[in-house]
Amino acid sequence: MSFLSVRDLRVHFPTVDGIVKATDGLSFDLEKGKTLGIVGESGSGKSVSTSAILGLHRHTNAVVSGEILLDGVDLLKISDEDMRRRRGRDIAMIFQDPLSSMHPYYRVGNQIAEAYRVHHDVSRKAARARAIEMLDRVGIPQPDRRVDDYPHQFSGGMRQRAMIAMALINNPSLLIADEPTTALDVTVQAQILDLLQDLQRDFDAAVMIITHDLGVVAEMAHDVLVMYGGRCVEYGSTKEILTHPEMPYTWGLLSSIPEVDADPEAKLVPIPGNPPSLLSPPSGCHFHPRCAYRERVPGDLCRTVTPELTPGSRGDGHLKRCHLANPEIVYEQEVLPQIAPDLVEER
Amino acid sequence: MSDQQLPTSVGMPGDNPKGRGEDGPTESTQYIETERPHGAVRAHFDAEPILEVRDLRMYFPVRSAGIIRRTIGHVQAVDGISFQLPRGGSLGLVGESGCGKSTTGRMITRLYEPTAGAIEFEGRDIAKTSARGLKPLRREVQMIFQDPYTSLNPRHTVGSIVGAPLAIHNVVPKNKIIPRVQELLEIVGLNPEHYNRYPHEFSGGQRQRIGIARALTLHPKLLVADEPVSALDVSIQAQVINLLQEVQAEFDIAFLFIAHDLAVVRHFCPEVAVMYLGKIVEIADRDSLYNHPNHPYTQALLSAVPDVRQAAIGGRRERIRLEGDVPSPINPPSGCRFRTRCAIAQEICARVEPPLLQIGKRHKVACHFAGELGHHPDRPVTAPLLGVDDTGTPDPGASPSIEVGNDPGYADTWFDLERKTMASA
Repeated sequence: MSFLSVRDLRVHFPTVDGIVKATDGLSFDLEKGKTLGIVGESGSGKSVSTSAILGLHRHTNAVVSGEILLDGVDLLKISDEDMRRRRGRDIAMIFQDPLSSMHPYYRVGNQIAEAYRVHHDVSRKAARARAIEMLDRVGIPQPDRRVDDYPHQFSGGMRQRAMIAMALINNPSLLIADEPTTALDVTVQAQILDLLQDLQRDFDAAVMIITHDLGVVAEMAHDVLVMYGGRCVEYGSTKEILTHPEMPYTWGLLSSIPEVDADPEAKLVPIPGNPPSLLSPPSGCHFHPRCAYRERVPGDLCRTVTPELTPGSRGDGHLKRCHLANPEIVYEQEVLPQIAPDLVEER
Repeated sequence: MSDQQLPTSVGMPGDNPKGRGEDGPTESTQYIETERPHGAVRAHFDAEPILEVRDLRMYFPVRSAGIIRRTIGHVQAVDGISFQLPRGGSLGLVGESGCGKSTTGRMITRLYEPTAGAIEFEGRDIAKTSARGLKPLRREVQMIFQDPYTSLNPRHTVGSIVGAPLAIHNVVPKNKIIPRVQELLEIVGLNPEHYNRYPHEFSGGQRQRIGIARALTLHPKLLVADEPVSALDVSIQAQVINLLQEVQAEFDIAFLFIAHDLAVVRHFCPEVAVMYLGKIVEIADRDSLYNHPNHPYTQALLSAVPDVRQAAIGGRRERIRLEGDVPSPINPPSGCRFRTRCAIAQEICARVEPPLLQIGKRHKVACHFAGELGHHPDRPVTAPLLGVDDTGTPDPGASPSIEVGNDPGYADTWFDLERKTMASA
């Protein structure tokens, strides 16, 4: 039994125009000390899924079904009161924009200490000492002085460090980082990613990183889950997904980002079209209107039948959702020479 | 018509820039095409400069609180930068937030009036031109903004947004505006029939295309693109980058491409300048800058970019950690502005500001210890040139041996770091 086990998670929002299937049947496992990267474009359902794990959807406007087993307890079955106790203690979250996720009127230290006092019956003084200790741990210089600063007195990188301190003050066993470095500069991003890896080793937490940046995933995650239109389209170990992807959407992602040390003459091959509307997603495979390979699948299958998540050709837990036959050969022979001619020679 | 049915084919390779839009999207030729107009990749180094910036400065006053708002200091957002941009070429400006790259773009489009310095556009200094005198300039220099959600007026139709420059500058008769707008929409890969729609009816990538159409309306010669793709989804970014390269090739537009994404800049620009705290620390052609960076900041910046390919072939690039944050531009460090975070800084760095020294055919760097990673010299290479000793104190015996100016272009001779003498091609 995995530490976190999500089975067939669905988050549907009924609206006057129809049901928005923001997450539609998501399953994955995550062990302690491991990192899962969830990659996808805006509207692919990555943030909605993690909000469901935190129990942040209101019952009045979202229909959440499936199973979220954290350490054997189904988070979707427990009471709101029980969930509130676990939130922040067992599961913690780091948000994308540290400026808007901290209260501008309260001192940084008080906000961090509050997270501690909610779950521990300690004095103000003890909580403050603990906050200073955490600020020190995340690398804020002179923590005993900075603890009394307001968020606007911190730089972007320091605010994100303070957010991490706040998230980790209760020793959570599951940490969800939603685009933790998107708002930061590259050099600060590198600092924060290093810090997160460091802390994960110390705290032995399970970490989920939500990002649209494959580079961040490549550095941080053990496993990758690629989402498209509310569904998982490819899942596997990071190395496997980046070196032997078998789903045309993942190919598209890899070929549309320029790389700092790629050949500058190599072409960017964009994915044509736009991400799908979740209100009326395309029939069959959600990706088929943008897919260059749908002609190769006989019988208009891509448009009519939703492909199942099936094991990839190399096994080893690699799953893909695609009708295309022999994708590994197509990738080696057609996609790779396009996006990284220099890598073909090395193989 | 659903979103996916819009003719998005323009971002695709091999598309003929004229007469597109009539066919449906998603041709399966996408991955198989071999030819495509590839705008800026080719370098335009020999072309005469269309833009020359000399010693440009922008200081924003900082005022005290209270009734009498005395000026108590200045944010030195841009502090003496010089560069050239060839006709039809592209220069990338990269750096972290607060380094002054957007301010530079806004001065060149004259949204700001520079505190000092010259901006020569086609040989004419536009740094101090009056508002009235700027009107003809607006036809030549246009801007593409970062955020496609806030840079389009939500209460105007696409037709009036894209057509506004035509009406303001009286270039075509009123009844010809709509046909011209439709032509432009087609060029940027939008359905020309959609000129009556409002911005909220378009997705982010499509809105950015509207912004590009607006910038192209008057056939500008210079486009300042301030983070044109950073607000877009990954799969859309590539479409917009390809579109920009196509319009550049077709209309021979020079680009000042401002971005923080080093990989995107490398893809788009044959020449790149790295800025730090209002100064250019290194400027070079693409190959020199990315493969042989000589400034410790450029090296750190490049090493910090997370890399898919490195991880894919196993292994991770060694990261140079930069400690701390960028210092305040109100009170920047003395001497070299990067010294507070620099691993190789010595005494001289606090005393003397390093000049932007040309060290190759098209490569300038502002560092006393310029050298490739791991090969930084032990003694400051600039000391003898500046007439100071190794600690930076003026040396009465030595006199400055060469003129180290702030010239926007490149000289035919340069200082060879290996041999410590002047060299030429």
